[in-house]
Amino acid sequence: MTPPPETAVKRRPLLARPVEGLGRLLTNFLSEFGAHLLLLFRTLRSCCWPPFRIRLTLRQMEIFGFNSIPVVLITGGFTGAVLALQTFTSFKRFNAETMIGGVIAVTLLRELGPVLTGLIVAGRAGSAMAAEIGTMNVTEQIDALNVLATDPVNYLVVPRFLAGTVMMPMLSTLFSAIGMVGSYVISVSVLGTNPVTYMRQMWWFIEGEDIYTGLIKACVFGVIISIVGSYQGFITQGGAEGVGRSTTRAVVLASTFILIFNYILTALLL
Amino acid sequence: MAVGITITDLHKSFGANHVLRGVDLSVEQGESLVVIGGSGSGKSVLIKHIIGLLKPDRGSIEVNGQEVTTMAERELKELRKKFGMLFQAAALFDSLTVGENVAFPLVEHTRARRSEIAERVRETLTLVGLPDTEHLYPAELSGGMKKRVGLARALAMEPEVILYDEPTTGLDPIMADAINDLIVEMRERLAITSIAITHDMVSAYKIGHRLAMLYQGEIIFTGTPQECKNTDDPMVRQFITGSSVGPITSV
Ligand SMILES: Nc1ncnc2c1ncn2[C@@H]1O[C@H](COP(=O)(O)OP(=O)(O)OP(=O)(O)O)[C@@H](O)[C@H]1O
Ligand SMILES: [Mg+2]
Repeated sequence: MTPPPETAVKRRPLLARPVEGLGRLLTNFLSEFGAHLLLLFRTLRSCCWPPFRIRLTLRQMEIFGFNSIPVVLITGGFTGAVLALQTFTSFKRFNAETMIGGVIAVTLLRELGPVLTGLIVAGRAGSAMAAEIGTMNVTEQIDALNVLATDPVNYLVVPRFLAGTVMMPMLSTLFSAIGMVGSYVISVSVLGTNPVTYMRQMWWFIEGEDIYTGLIKACVFGVIISIVGSYQGFITQGGAEGVGRSTTRAVVLASTFILIFNYILTALLL
Repeated sequence: MAVGITITDLHKSFGANHVLRGVDLSVEQGESLVVIGGSGSGKSVLIKHIIGLLKPDRGSIEVNGQEVTTMAERELKELRKKFGMLFQAAALFDSLTVGENVAFPLVEHTRARRSEIAERVRETLTLVGLPDTEHLYPAELSGGMKKRVGLARALAMEPEVILYDEPTTGLDPIMADAINDLIVEMRERLAITSIAITHDMVSAYKIGHRLAMLYQGEIIFTGTPQECKNTDDPMVRQFITGSSVGPITSV
């Protein structure tokens, strides 16, 4: 095959390149998304069949959930605190500062809790999954699992998937709860809101829907983090550098999926 | 029941790198075949095809008359339970201890009690010259020790076929000879079918009923150790005598 003459490239319309690039990006994205879905289906199927790996699942829950508690506490607390400051100054303009407790609680439960927890945990646990499975892949440990007639999806992905789906709602709830504590502390001690009004306002404002939509989102984000982390691990190639690459990709891709699905879920659940 | 393997016209490329170019090779039930060949000639790639880790571009591999290359994941899993494989770099699970590594197939595929498994692990580790190392992690082992733990893991289930990827590389001569003896013993006592890859000609002569040489993606020679020593094929001669002068150029 002879390469096309260079003039052919030059004569293409000016816009062809960016459009082409965008098209390629989109097809890549879609095929990548499809591959993740495939892994998700295999994982779901494998969840229903023995062996059930209870010890491994508990271990993953510890890594995914328990070890994320400190960072969730700190970020949640400060998020709540800053929300109190911001909301207070805006609401004061139309004398609605007594409402801030409720508004902040709903914001945390519906949006910031699941989304920020998802992004933080994607950086912590999602990257760790990609690194661990990726290292196993480049050192032939995945091949060894196959040779020992053990399904890598069952052995590696299922425990991480279960840990992700169960722990994310818990972490997100913790984030929202500590966020509310943070906003309460700042509102009462710094901004001088009446504590009783704050609390009463808040309880009056929150509805069951706020809580369960947040939990559903967190659950879905848990699925995204564990599947993306595992998938990137499985496609890792080429030594330490490859592992580094998949780790980064896992975080970027999981965060992107989280934000996209956050929009879709919000639109659906509203 | 012992297992026979027949490979016909196996082709495999990685991109532009045409590694296997029509390999024909067969191993009888209970036979021990040694594959020799230069570094990068595709020996590891070849045995990964036998156990279904790699899919060929073309060609067939039959194990006891069953075609491996087109097997579904489920059948492949059943087949693999009959196999043991020692990886070139051991491929130990680094999050598990030596004991857990060796116990892995037993825990996964048998209903044996804990104490029975522990006993079997101890026996197997003693067999490869590493008694009382159960509690160590792979990161704490030398290269040769890892190799032997990998061997113990491959032997733990008493498989019907074993694929050894360079069982003696990285071992001192005395330990290498002990491992050779172990492989010969497995072959004699349990009538295991085996394929071993090696660069170590002492080992090759000792453990192989038959030797096959892979060169430029094809099997260019097969024969008994005696035939191999007496051959006048210039490439085989060059390889077994370890000479840089001859038809095989090193670069
Ligand atoms: N997964 C892979 N992807 C791409 N190329 C590969 C892969 N595995 C092996 N190769 C290539 O196939 C060729 C044969 O590799 P192989 O590992 O089989 O060599 P070998 O004969 O076992 O060598 P050695 O004696 O050094 O272990 C090499 O050129 C290698 O680059
Ligand atoms: Mg090799």
